[in-house]
Amino acid sequence: MIRVRRRPRSVLSGRKGTPRSESLQIRSPEKSEVWPESYYGIFLTGEALVASTEISQLDFEKNEGLKLSIDELKQIATTLRKNIIKMTTAANSGHPSSSLSAVEVVTALYFGGFMNYDAKNPGWPERDRFVLSKGHAVPVLYAAMAEAGFFSEDQLSTLRKLGSPLEGHPNLKRLPGIEASTGSLGQGLSIGLGQALAARVDKTSSKVFVVIGDGEMGEGQIWEALASAAKYKVGNLTAIIDQNGYQQTGSTKEVLDMGDFQKKIEPFGWHVQTISGNSMEEVVEALKTAESITDRPKMIVSKTKKGDGILPLLEEAGDTNFHGKPLPPAMAEKALAMLS
Amino acid sequence: MALGEASGLKLGQATRDAFGDALKDLGSEYKDVVTVDGDVGNSTRTEPFAQAFPDRAFNVGIAESNMVSVAGGLASSGKTSVVASFAAFLLCNAYDQIRMSVAFPALNVKLVGSHAGISIGEDGPSQMGIEDVALACSLPGVVVMVPCDAVSTKAATKAMLDHKGPTYLRLGRPKAPAVYQGGCDFEIGKAITLKKGDDITLIANGLMVPAALDAATELEKKGHSVRVIDMHTVKPIDEEAIIAAAKETGKIVVAEEHLSHGGLGSAVSMVVCENSPVPVAFVNLGDTFAESGDGDGLLEKYGLTSNEIVKAAEGLLS
Repeated sequence: MIRVRRRPRSVLSGRKGTPRSESLQIRSPEKSEVWPESYYGIFLTGEALVASTEISQLDFEKNEGLKLSIDELKQIATTLRKNIIKMTTAANSGHPSSSLSAVEVVTALYFGGFMNYDAKNPGWPERDRFVLSKGHAVPVLYAAMAEAGFFSEDQLSTLRKLGSPLEGHPNLKRLPGIEASTGSLGQGLSIGLGQALAARVDKTSSKVFVVIGDGEMGEGQIWEALASAAKYKVGNLTAIIDQNGYQQTGSTKEVLDMGDFQKKIEPFGWHVQTISGNSMEEVVEALKTAESITDRPKMIVSKTKKGDGILPLLEEAGDTNFHGKPLPPAMAEKALAMLS
Repeated sequence: MALGEASGLKLGQATRDAFGDALKDLGSEYKDVVTVDGDVGNSTRTEPFAQAFPDRAFNVGIAESNMVSVAGGLASSGKTSVVASFAAFLLCNAYDQIRMSVAFPALNVKLVGSHAGISIGEDGPSQMGIEDVALACSLPGVVVMVPCDAVSTKAATKAMLDHKGPTYLRLGRPKAPAVYQGGCDFEIGKAITLKKGDDITLIANGLMVPAALDAATELEKKGHSVRVIDMHTVKPIDEEAIIAAAKETGKIVVAEEHLSHGGLGSAVSMVVCENSPVPVAFVNLGDTFAESGDGDGLLEKYGLTSNEIVKAAEGLLS
């Protein structure tokens, strides 16, 4: 079976090295009567506009995803980071710092050849599934989905707005390509396990990837899922803990120190790796290793930084957690400049 | 006198047994059906299905939260997930998982809660689902069914599998009087009138259906013409049948083996108040937990009997 998928926008041929327009015309809702239309300018000016009209198509065999080089993946990661900041600042709410920590993992999964999907046919039954258990980090997922062509990039500016399917937390009923409605923490690994078991019943080669937050590991249901996934030896399930070290009110060490995840999870019967999760090289290597293990569920403990990519700005603001708040427009301007 | 005896009903299978038989029988035809259990499959009666279709049955252990979300995951990949546990543990322990992994995404998950009500007896209040109907009804888009006997439970099981979307099926532990002989014309959201009458309507579901039939027999002896309705679906409720009962009989008694808040009584009252206000009386557990003891003794002690229905009816008729 041949699936056709769009090549990600950031690596379109002829676009490499061409700087995307960074003009940031953010106005807060209070200051502008024409919000949010004025904001569309960010996405529809300069190179971004060119990109959306220059879609090339690439054929690939089933089970042979789109594989980009590390450099190309890093380029996409930067695009995702910028869009995370843009869309949350435009929405004037959301969780940019929680999204930024998971950028490398999400980029590698969607564009590194690890996941088969068809952005133009999101319901393809044999697709691989991505479940974002830490649903509040959904801007990273929306950014990746726009990049992959599930919807147009200009839709990112509708995040959290009335009528937009890009809700504050993932809603599978409203946005094709979302595989689980999450937001009440702790449920994503169980949902992913159910999807992995469905592939077994249907005798398909579908794989399932679940991203969990480290604060979320305090939820008992995760540990129920860890035990039962091991029981069923689901070799098509890979979970990633985005261990960014913070939760809502403080560091995970202060709030609820879960200790060494590798030491805790390995005895459940999982294959576990611990990596530096904001290193694209390490993420890609770990996903390759996980791919080669097929007799048990796989866990990647991905040690990351909350707000990775713009840490100096968070330090300057005196809040390296920066939980659940958008960057104010002036700070967003600086962040985009920093990422360029 | 045992439930249903006054109206000549014989004891049949428990509704959980009827469900288990029906699920196994339908398993070959309904190839997308899978079961997810929290290690009580021999109590909820999903066990026969699991034995017949081991590749489609998952026992995740004593972990109801995980159980429900796993069922949601299976359903989001095209399966019809039947997830069964005690009504109390399913609805109360895993309520958030039902909300987020099943109801909100409107997935094809069939929630089945056995051991509902106080008639489970000796195991006591921790095991008794007395608030399950209220919890299930509170979730948007969830169909809630409370069949009264084996025949209607088998029909409800098939209707549940045919329905696209989340459903809750409430089952009991003890043997239930056989209200329906041979067959039952079961349609989700469509009440069944068991007796026609003009003076008063008794609306019931579950074990209170035979109690209502007994009460009708008693009231008829006293010269009253009594309508009896099996309201097997609490949500969506059959508004037409309720409005007709209110307009044509002018008085309604609602009987259920459930707390007073949020069950069948509440659902019927909303329809009556909005469309045709008439006096309504209630026979239910009230606002209390029960206790350990034999099932019949508990029903007697907590007022879930035909006598209580007769008293409530006479209060309206006098």
